Amino acid sequence: MSQNFDVVVVGAGIVGAACALECAQAGLKVAMIEQGIVGGGATAAGMGHIVAMDDSDAQFALTRYSQLLWLGIKKELPKDVEFETTGTIWVAADEEEMGEVRRKHSYYSSRRAPCEILDSNSLEEAEPNLRKGLAGGFLVSEDAVLYPPTAARWLSAQAQSCGAALMQRQVTATTPAGVDFSDGGTVSAGLTIIATGAWAPELASDLEVKKRKGHLAITDRYPGFIHHQLVELGYLKSAHSITSDSAAFNVQPRATGQILIGSSRQYGAEDNGIDHRMMRSMLARACEYMPGLAATAVVRCWTGFRAATPDKLPLIGPSTKKRNLWFATGHEGLGITTSLGTAKLLVDQIVGRTPAIPFEPYLPSRHLREHVYA
Amino acid sequence: MPDALAISLNGKSLSVRPETTVAAAVYIGGESSFHRSVSGEPRGPLCGMGICFECRVTVDGVRHVKSCQMLCKQGMQITTDV
Repeated sequence: MSQNFDVVVVGAGIVGAACALECAQAGLKVAMIEQGIVGGGATAAGMGHIVAMDDSDAQFALTRYSQLLWLGIKKELPKDVEFETTGTIWVAADEEEMGEVRRKHSYYSSRRAPCEILDSNSLEEAEPNLRKGLAGGFLVSEDAVLYPPTAARWLSAQAQSCGAALMQRQVTATTPAGVDFSDGGTVSAGLTIIATGAWAPELASDLEVKKRKGHLAITDRYPGFIHHQLVELGYLKSAHSITSDSAAFNVQPRATGQILIGSSRQYGAEDNGIDHRMMRSMLARACEYMPGLAATAVVRCWTGFRAATPDKLPLIGPSTKKRNLWFATGHEGLGITTSLGTAKLLVDQIVGRTPAIPFEPYLPSRHLREHVYA
Repeated sequence: MPDALAISLNGKSLSVRPETTVAAAVYIGGESSFHRSVSGEPRGPLCGMGICFECRVTVDGVRHVKSCQMLCKQGMQITTDV
């Protein structure tokens, strides 16, 4: 078999697998290179929340576009991907947060994302296990959940059925002609896409991507305990802070009846061990919003590393420094959602198709421009 | 200490001796499916020492209690096969 490819994708997490599939469907000869198992990195550590987020117009455009792509392939997904359109309820604790609910409602509805405002009573009706006396909530109906590792595996299998190759090897360097492996071998490629999440700087040291550690815990099965993905609106405050450690109430119903409990954010933590202080404050926050959680049994907890960028937008497009090098990384906590949109926008640029949404906000060169005009 | 404890297993009355584990009581009551796996298969005690989690039952409304690690109490309500 020839070892010449049009495209080599380094990293077969959900983003890399989606990019490989999109390349293969566009008729490119593509290889995915994964040193571990498909979807075994940040993909397996993530919650699997398909969410439309409005931190910025560009973030909303990409997350909503990607969410609609997921809804479009929902029927093709195998059962083990556990795709369920549960909706998200952003929970407002007080009147100040209800102000944010109203702002979000006008933002989402003007962009035709189905949503509604819940008052205190309808929130209690929708999620009886939330603590009493909350001010209300904001329901985004087309938000969904899925099980990320099986989604990545399916995308990878689809790519392979379209002719993509999957190699279990470790890439040590990229060159204008392809990639070098740790065993001394090489493959040649017209272009190389780095999709290794928070580890992307190992192959491109000047990349502005930092590890942002997260903790998750999962309970035993309590079917019907919650019905929607539930996130506190205070999450926006804590997720926005890029300096301090934070924990927010963010829980998800799994198809098995299990409850996935998050979430935490930490910079500068390189060790993948459980930080018990962080885990404690995350679980305490969850119990504050949902007292009944205290009586449930947690069966497993783990950590993962988000790939964070300074402006909280991913890097999708060609390198500004190296020829034939492209990026699909920096998705922070939104890689599961935006994997499909990322793949579309990347391949749109590679083959010169007209993109469905502007790709400029996600170009790696945007940081360069900021420096020029700063 | 009483000679016997009156408990309930899946809604039926059952009398067991003090110091009987919940797991033993379930067997005494003639049940063999303690709980159901994710895919719906029946499960029962394997290790008998709190490690395998296969003996889980619902006790007084609390789900996922390890029955091999708990002693019966007067009036306890046990539900299996959930």
